Amino acid sequence: MNAVNAVEARNTVKAFGQGDSAVRALDDVSVEIRKGEFFTLLGPSGCGKTTLLRLIAGFEMPTSGSILLEGQDITHLPPNRRPVNTVFQSYALFPHLTVAQNIGFGLTMQGRPAREVKETTDRMLALVKLEAMAGRKTSQLSGGQQQRVALARALAPQPKVLLLDEPLSALDLKLRKEMQIELKRLQTETGITFVFVTHDQEEALTMSDRIGVMSAGKLQQVGSAKDIYTRPVNRFVASFIGETNFLPATTVPGGVRLATGDVIELADQAGRSGAVTVTIRPEQLRLCDPAEAGALAATVRTLVYFGTDTHCHLELADGTEVVARLQSPADGEAGLAQGQRVGLRPVPGAARVVED
Amino acid sequence: MAERGFQVARLPGFATTAVLVFIALYLPIFTLVAYSFNASQSVAVWGGFSFGWYEKAWANTQVKEATVRSLIIAVSASGIATTVAALAALGTTRRARFKGQTAIYVMINQPLMVPEIVTAVALLIFFAQIKVATGYQGLGYLILAHSAFCIPFAYLPIRARLEGMDLSLETAAADLYASSWQTFRHVTLPLLLPGIIAGAMLAFVISLDDVVITEFVKSGGQDTLPTYMLGQLRRQLTPEINAISTGLLALTVVLLTAFFLLTRKKE
Repeated sequence: MNAVNAVEARNTVKAFGQGDSAVRALDDVSVEIRKGEFFTLLGPSGCGKTTLLRLIAGFEMPTSGSILLEGQDITHLPPNRRPVNTVFQSYALFPHLTVAQNIGFGLTMQGRPAREVKETTDRMLALVKLEAMAGRKTSQLSGGQQQRVALARALAPQPKVLLLDEPLSALDLKLRKEMQIELKRLQTETGITFVFVTHDQEEALTMSDRIGVMSAGKLQQVGSAKDIYTRPVNRFVASFIGETNFLPATTVPGGVRLATGDVIELADQAGRSGAVTVTIRPEQLRLCDPAEAGALAATVRTLVYFGTDTHCHLELADGTEVVARLQSPADGEAGLAQGQRVGLRPVPGAARVVED
Repeated sequence: MAERGFQVARLPGFATTAVLVFIALYLPIFTLVAYSFNASQSVAVWGGFSFGWYEKAWANTQVKEATVRSLIIAVSASGIATTVAALAALGTTRRARFKGQTAIYVMINQPLMVPEIVTAVALLIFFAQIKVATGYQGLGYLILAHSAFCIPFAYLPIRARLEGMDLSLETAAADLYASSWQTFRHVTLPLLLPGIIAGAMLAFVISLDDVVITEFVKSGGQDTLPTYMLGQLRRQLTPEINAISTGLLALTVVLLTAFFLLTRKKE
């Protein structure tokens, strides 16, 4: 092993409750988060992503397994002795302290000299562009400003890892977009490893170096945004990240046979045979002449206009519904109408077999 | 006119009833204060304006001693009660719900529910045995008794404040390298302070005002201001009692105003 990972979870299990009624919030999760990367834990609520974050922060102890920070076992270290800081979903700013005192809190608790606390606080205020607010109480700030204070407060002690628990969920759309760029900038400037928890796939795709998709207490897939989008390992990942079509099929040599009887060529059958599920993204379906060889026969059901593109809901011969995303104004399909019979052809390599 | 549901203020006779209730509440107090400036010997017949009874009460050594005793007891008892109440409040709110939590609330608030006279008799008998066993006759008994019945009054505002406090603040402090003691000292305590002060003042006023338990527990020569005043009733009644009452009232009003301002400020 060349570089030591920033954070590593090894076979971590976290169960809440006792005996038969115990719920496994985390079920044997192992993950390696590299130094200096922006790593996102993505999943629906209750999937265990926040629990994993709380284990890394030390707010919870795992039922079994271990947590390593730069190769050192910190599983049983209390939160105040871990060089890891958290940005809370509710921000959790101290209402009785000023903005500057909030930012300096961590350093003060570490017993750093007043001069150093002051210097670092000033630097952090500049980093999040809140110099003018230093003496204010946090309740006098807007949501976006409070968010920046929470970030500065967590960054000030220069943690080895910064944990962010859905920090953007309370902001409105426009501010959220700005903060996404801001977060990425801060991560690049400070070089600190970020572990970001979110249920918002768009947030995950735009900011992360790598994404860990979680569901039902298990880590489903880890990879870059592109990896996960183009090569989802299972049905959950395929449907959670972006929109997709699922088609029942059976394997045949060199491809799969759909329920309609049509055969799609596939390079990779994911090592499976027999009944499988095939996924094709809506933007990777093209309309063509129904008479064209190899085209799937389909009937247009509904057209939904989205501005830059149009979602065309179609029905295959066996009654399966699929969605194709066409660029609008659709070239050649300008005359598409409900009930029209068309041909459908997946872009080569677009179809993938996924586990259920 | 738009229907806005049931409104008490719209009932016939609401204004008259309200005025009558306020008169019943405050007229006796105004009369008491007014007659404290009465120049005559009578608590009922007006004989001109004078500060005479205040001067007399001020010069009365028994009043002075009783006042000092009342203050010693009230300060000590509210201090003890507030400390115990703050710890109890922290113990009952800063953690996950546990079995028997409701039973603990009931036990802490026991003095609010058990008739005071029952507690008084029980304490009289209990302390009598201790007095025989130890020979100690001092103010300690009164301070202990007052501390006990002041606890719920201090506990309730502190608990209310704690329940409104975001637990994630303490988590955040721990995350930012604060030890449990530092977290308490720099986060919990400053945020809790208005509740603690409110609880302490409420306890102080309750202790200052107590008659029943004090009357039963006190040894000879341990009159507090309220029990001294009660004793005076059995002798000749002069407006001096009005003057003392007015002084007590003034002190209470000041404290309750401070209590109100402190609890309101943080909203």
